[in-house]
Amino acid sequence: MGVNIFEFILLALRAAIPAGTPLLYGTLGEVYAERSGVLNLGVEGMMIMGAVSGFAVAHTTGNVWFGILTAALVGGLLALIHAFACITLRVNQVVSGLALTMLGLGISGMMGKRYVGQPLAARLQPIHIPGLSDLPVIGELLFRFDILVYIGILLVPLLWFLLYKTRLGITLRSVGENPAAADALGVNVAFVRYAAVVFGGMMAGVGGAYLSVSYAPAWIEGMTAGAGWIVIALTIFAIWDPRRALLGAYLFGGVRVLQYRLQPLGISPNLLNMLPFLLTILVLWISSGEAARRHIGAPAALMTPYSREER
Amino acid sequence: MKAPHIRFERRLSSPPGLQVVALIVALLLAMITVGIIFYFLGVNPFVAFQRIFRGGFGSLFGLQETVTKSIPLMLAGVGLTLAFRGRMYNIGAEGQLLMGAVFATGVIRIVPDWPSYLLIPAMFLSGFLGGMVWAFFPAILKARFRVDEVLTSLMLVYVAGELVRFLVYGPWRGTDTRGFPITDEFPLASHIPTLAGTRIHYPTWLLAVLLAVMIYVLLTRTKIGYEIRVTGENPEAARYAGMNYQRVALLVMLISGGLAGLAGTGEVAGIHFRLRPPEAISPGYGFTAIIVAWLARLNPLAAILTSFLLGGLLVGGDAIQIALNLPAATVQIFNGVILLFVIAADLFAQYKIRLEV
Repeated sequence: MGVNIFEFILLALRAAIPAGTPLLYGTLGEVYAERSGVLNLGVEGMMIMGAVSGFAVAHTTGNVWFGILTAALVGGLLALIHAFACITLRVNQVVSGLALTMLGLGISGMMGKRYVGQPLAARLQPIHIPGLSDLPVIGELLFRFDILVYIGILLVPLLWFLLYKTRLGITLRSVGENPAAADALGVNVAFVRYAAVVFGGMMAGVGGAYLSVSYAPAWIEGMTAGAGWIVIALTIFAIWDPRRALLGAYLFGGVRVLQYRLQPLGISPNLLNMLPFLLTILVLWISSGEAARRHIGAPAALMTPYSREER
Repeated sequence: MKAPHIRFERRLSSPPGLQVVALIVALLLAMITVGIIFYFLGVNPFVAFQRIFRGGFGSLFGLQETVTKSIPLMLAGVGLTLAFRGRMYNIGAEGQLLMGAVFATGVIRIVPDWPSYLLIPAMFLSGFLGGMVWAFFPAILKARFRVDEVLTSLMLVYVAGELVRFLVYGPWRGTDTRGFPITDEFPLASHIPTLAGTRIHYPTWLLAVLLAVMIYVLLTRTKIGYEIRVTGENPEAARYAGMNYQRVALLVMLISGGLAGLAGTGEVAGIHFRLRPPEAISPGYGFTAIIVAWLARLNPLAAILTSFLLGGLLVGGDAIQIALNLPAATVQIFNGVILLFVIAADLFAQYKIRLEV
């Protein structure tokens, strides 16, 4: 073997980290939304809308940051629909999220038609970190990503700290665990939930944009290809903790890479394409067992609309 | 000081007339919303709607195609009314449909020489089994291990799609297909009869209507149907009443999966006479069936009607795709918007809503 184990791990990470980055953004956002008590199954729709709008704006303006910003706004806007339906109108969260995904897939298909096959001049470029990027081997393999990868990594401790160590985080968690008690303490339950869901949508939008302005970089109809659903599963795998979201996202990024690496061995690409989805089922199964054993689980008020009259 | 807020008062009873009015208003509002979205995407909504209506309902040919497409929607949709009533969110009907198609095709590969009266029922049975198998995994994971069935059933849609692709690109690819990823054409004896000059494979339609009635009777007139409804409306109460959650969960999932499998069988044995790549077999019937079920307010009999409506929308959607050069995903806009307005309509039928300032 010409490649030693150390080099192999680095190579795997180099490929897995960018592949897992859209999942990381999506999962971090969904963790916050679900912590507030709102399940949003619309991640796939918000991601694909982020991908198409991010690409469209980056392509038109020539500025990739306008694209990413637009993707965040579009994701947030879609999430706002879900928030209004679930928080204000108190409709079924599963169905509303599903509707959002359908809507996103439909609109993105129509919006993106003119961008199919278009090159992107303003793609996100790898950044050079003085010192680190110049390290031999490691520098080349691990410190030549684009900025969204690093922001994603930095968001993990930041969002973890916010969630567990600040008043804001306690408020968010209490709204998801016991909204009546939070309400009694003067917390505006609806507002907190709106904010968390919209934040989740913005993150999903950025995750989608990462696909179209950096990872691909191109617009392909349906390019999220189920990533949004894997995000929902990763949120459960992460037991609603940003730190485990990082682990899960890169793990699934690694699976994506494995798919391509195994193909030359003569295994049918169709069978390999099943891998992430089968693994998702397995991970959900394991997570639910772990949750039962350790008596941890979803936020208690997840999927339960709150109203003062009916508490 | 009190902030303005919306108050909900549950109605003591929800009059059926109000429910129908709420649904019609919801559909109208959904159409207006889709029109606005179309406008912003650069498509003239009036032209689009005219084409959709003319395509789906405005001609004899259009109506025939609408009925043809309503068949898989009805089968899968009726199954979903049962699953959703039992609060099992089977989102994977699309995958179960594809597995029905695979299992039906399997029969052809094993006993291609059987006569029609054996072959067609065998295909339907096998297709039902295929759908059931695919629904079994999410069902047992939910019933035994509390694994969320939304995600598992949906993941299996992707897996089923890849399996179909694997089969038609690989071991099952036909010999007379000039390189296309399809199986050989099924023997004539396996072709489900159609109404002369149309693609309406009427035995499947009759089967779908029969099953809609049967599921309705099951839900409203039997003990297990009562258990399903109680479990769906209030799982806690069902448990206290000694009802077997696992049994209900498995039953509704397996039946709904089986019905989706029948839909897949009808497509390969009544329309295509081959197994093809997944997107050729189904333009998302399994997902549109969710709207069929919800629009029917989870009433299996009403699903007969709503499947016709959404069948027409699919046909109309095809028409505007061709006429206005739109992508296949366009229909999903309708799906999403209609679904949103329909669940909102449920709410208006069940609650009095006032804005208090």
